[in-house]
Amino acid sequence: MKEEIIIAGFGGQGVLSMGKILAYSGIMQDQEVSWMPSYGPEMRGGTANVTVILSDEKISSPILNTFDTAIILNQQSLDKFEEAVKPGGVLLYDPNGITSPPARKDINIYKIEGAEEAAKMGNPKTFNMIILGAFLKIKPIVKNENVEKGLEKSLPERYHKLIPLNLEAIQKGHDSVKSIQTV
Amino acid sequence: MGELRLMKGNEAIAEAAIRYGVDGYFGYPITPQSEVIETLMARKPWEETGMVVVQAESEVAAANMLYGGAACGKKVMTSSSSPGVSLKLEAISYIAGAELPALVVNVVRGGPGLGTIQPAQSDYFQAVKGGGHGDYHLIVFAPNSVQEMADFVEDTYELAIKYRNPAMILSDGIIGQMMEKVELKDFKPRFTDAEIKEKFGSWATTGKTPDRERNIVTSLELQSELQEKHNHKLQAKYQQMRETEVRFESTNTEDAEYLLVAYGSSSRICRKAMELARDKGIKVGLLRPITLFPFPTKQLAELANQVKGMLSVEMSAGQMVEDIRLAVNGKVPVEHFGRYGGIIHSPDEIVNALEKQIIKG
Amino acid sequence: MEVKDIIKEENLAYKKTKVLTDNEMHYCPGCTHGVVHKVIAEVIEEKDIQENTIGISPVGCSVLAYNYLHIDWQEAAHGRAPALATATSRLMPDKYVFTYQGDGDLASIGAAEIIHACNRGENIVVIFINNGIYGMTGGQMAPTTLEGMPTSTSPYGRDIKLSGHPLKMTELVANLPGTTFVARHSAETAGAVRKLKKAIRKAFDNIDEKKGTSFIEVVSTCSSGWKLTPEASNTWMKENMFPFYPLGIIKDE
Ligand SMILES: Cc1ncc(C[n+]2csc(CCOP(=O)(O)OP(=O)(O)O)c2C)c(N)n1
Ligand code: SF4
Ligand SMILES: [Mg+2]
Repeated sequence: MKEEIIIAGFGGQGVLSMGKILAYSGIMQDQEVSWMPSYGPEMRGGTANVTVILSDEKISSPILNTFDTAIILNQQSLDKFEEAVKPGGVLLYDPNGITSPPARKDINIYKIEGAEEAAKMGNPKTFNMIILGAFLKIKPIVKNENVEKGLEKSLPERYHKLIPLNLEAIQKGHDSVKSIQTV
Repeated sequence: MGELRLMKGNEAIAEAAIRYGVDGYFGYPITPQSEVIETLMARKPWEETGMVVVQAESEVAAANMLYGGAACGKKVMTSSSSPGVSLKLEAISYIAGAELPALVVNVVRGGPGLGTIQPAQSDYFQAVKGGGHGDYHLIVFAPNSVQEMADFVEDTYELAIKYRNPAMILSDGIIGQMMEKVELKDFKPRFTDAEIKEKFGSWATTGKTPDRERNIVTSLELQSELQEKHNHKLQAKYQQMRETEVRFESTNTEDAEYLLVAYGSSSRICRKAMELARDKGIKVGLLRPITLFPFPTKQLAELANQVKGMLSVEMSAGQMVEDIRLAVNGKVPVEHFGRYGGIIHSPDEIVNALEKQIIKG
Repeated sequence: MEVKDIIKEENLAYKKTKVLTDNEMHYCPGCTHGVVHKVIAEVIEEKDIQENTIGISPVGCSVLAYNYLHIDWQEAAHGRAPALATATSRLMPDKYVFTYQGDGDLASIGAAEIIHACNRGENIVVIFINNGIYGMTGGQMAPTTLEGMPTSTSPYGRDIKLSGHPLKMTELVANLPGTTFVARHSAETAGAVRKLKKAIRKAFDNIDEKKGTSFIEVVSTCSSGWKLTPEASNTWMKENMFPFYPLGIIKDE
């Protein structure tokens, strides 16, 4: 198994921490992982993205030009990464703020109303976990129990009481993701 | 097995320093390595191991604190990124001249000048040719994973002590910022005063006790004959390193017709390029120098008898390529390919370059 | 009435000085840097010295200050702006040379350069933006960080035993005979900005009279580094920074 993922959106949407939880979940099931963020002042209110790779074998390059999955959370990121999805790969996006939706015909496209569902849950901070849940529904590359362990490992102790809420949000993502196009 | 964690390279090196028993860290914030001092300040190692951590007023000061700490026989470390390392070179030259063990970490970003904060490998010359003034070399290790960022603290420091010579970990923004799985080693106690006396008593400035002559740490020698002799001694040390301390990793070289040569994060990208090229039926191998000084000159010279050409792949305008050419001595064509200024080459670009510059060239 | 009917010369209440470029500033919302840029630009316009002014920018969030003021600029290495200014002003004594520096730049890595430039009494203006933190690199401790103030390199709050006391550079340089005018201001209200502008004007006027170094500190906010909203940053500044860094003219000779 090898899954190469780009997660991209605004700074503050929890893009980096979502990638970290995914990577930790991979470690919990003995996989090799890498997590490579964009960094620097461009993050100041601008875009943030992270490349996450989970693999059964040693990972060569942590930096990639094409991806199995792109998780896209704003228009700039869609413009930048739509073309980077491998043919037959997956593009998952939140339509909130998207003015020109993905147009590729050779990839699988899914939609998750993450911002809306988070508002319904009454906590905008659950947003990134809803997105993660949607992704794991499409590609169940890590087991639920390992996601829970991943959460425990990546959240500081004082936030552990929030783990049930996070798991609930992941379930919400599972239930709410919609397929737009399959190839 | 030690403890498994997901960490950034910068965090891992800080944690490894605490666990290895480093006595003092001196730094100044600069992107992309500020997490080193941030991690240390959050970890408060002074409460746990007694390790001292200082945010200095500048890199000039940080490096001179390193010099002072090293003169006391303490295990000392500093880290920075390219513009900051340029400022540290003054003290580094003194440390080399005074023959002290110390560790400098450079998480390289693109230059020249203020340049970019994005990753690069454009400080190779500065690292391996000395960098500061005078005839000296650092022991230079180039990690290509977060695990090696952690492991090389001990590996370099042991050599620094063995040769009484400053060492450098030459990393870059990718390895510093990337998170990977790391297995952390167990804690080692810091050297006690008695151990320092036993190991370094002949030179460390720990206070003149009646049982010994005074120790003077200096890089000054006004008599030219003696200074030349001192230089001979340094050169003999470097020669011994060349003979006994070279480390490298070779992959698929047995049947290789072409060779990629790359260090650090570029070697990771080359691995992927090698996979792509092999899928196309091109017999490519990869030689990755782990020590940049001493350089795997002998290994490259041997491979020059086997392969038809070599491509040095660096995130720079081509620096290591010169050392490869020296090693190969004209036997086969040696070319350079690389993106720089903060741009990272892709595996496809490397395969293209190999085909254009070496195979057809 | 439609908007286009209102856009008329006679209705003009405020016009941006031509010394400011049209480039969109990269600063965070509420950042003090932008306001101070504007004030300096207005003084340059009012004194009609655009052609004779050379700005020297630091390394810090204002490293790109040269994008915003329509004058000649030099971009120094971290902390070294006063050294560049020394040479520039001595080689071109008729020019108006100023440095624009953050607290990390001026009070930490460049402490030696600023002390010696002030001590030599270089005929320059120094604008010192004190936001108590390293904004650009992501909120590390500066020499000016207040006791107990959390930053990414003092995550439990600045501990005096570990990192020494917050450094009052302005009082320090006021002690040097080379300085002629030393003042501390702020820029959080229209009134404060007016006072700041008067001081900067005076500093540039001192260059005409070859009086030595004029040094103006601006107590500032950094909402990103402080992890507060712009509004809360102003309140925090007034409650915590002003008592330790009192505003006013410290020296005027
Ligand atoms: C030699 C060197 N060391 C470190 C840095 C990294 N660096 C860039 S800006 C900065 C601090 C800026 O803080 P300050 O002067 O307070 O300006 P602010 O961003 O707060 O306005 C540092 C440490 C550098 N560019 N060069
Ligand atoms: S980080 Fe601070 S100093 Fe820099 S632009 Fe933002 S508010 Fe201003
Ligand atoms: Mg500052």
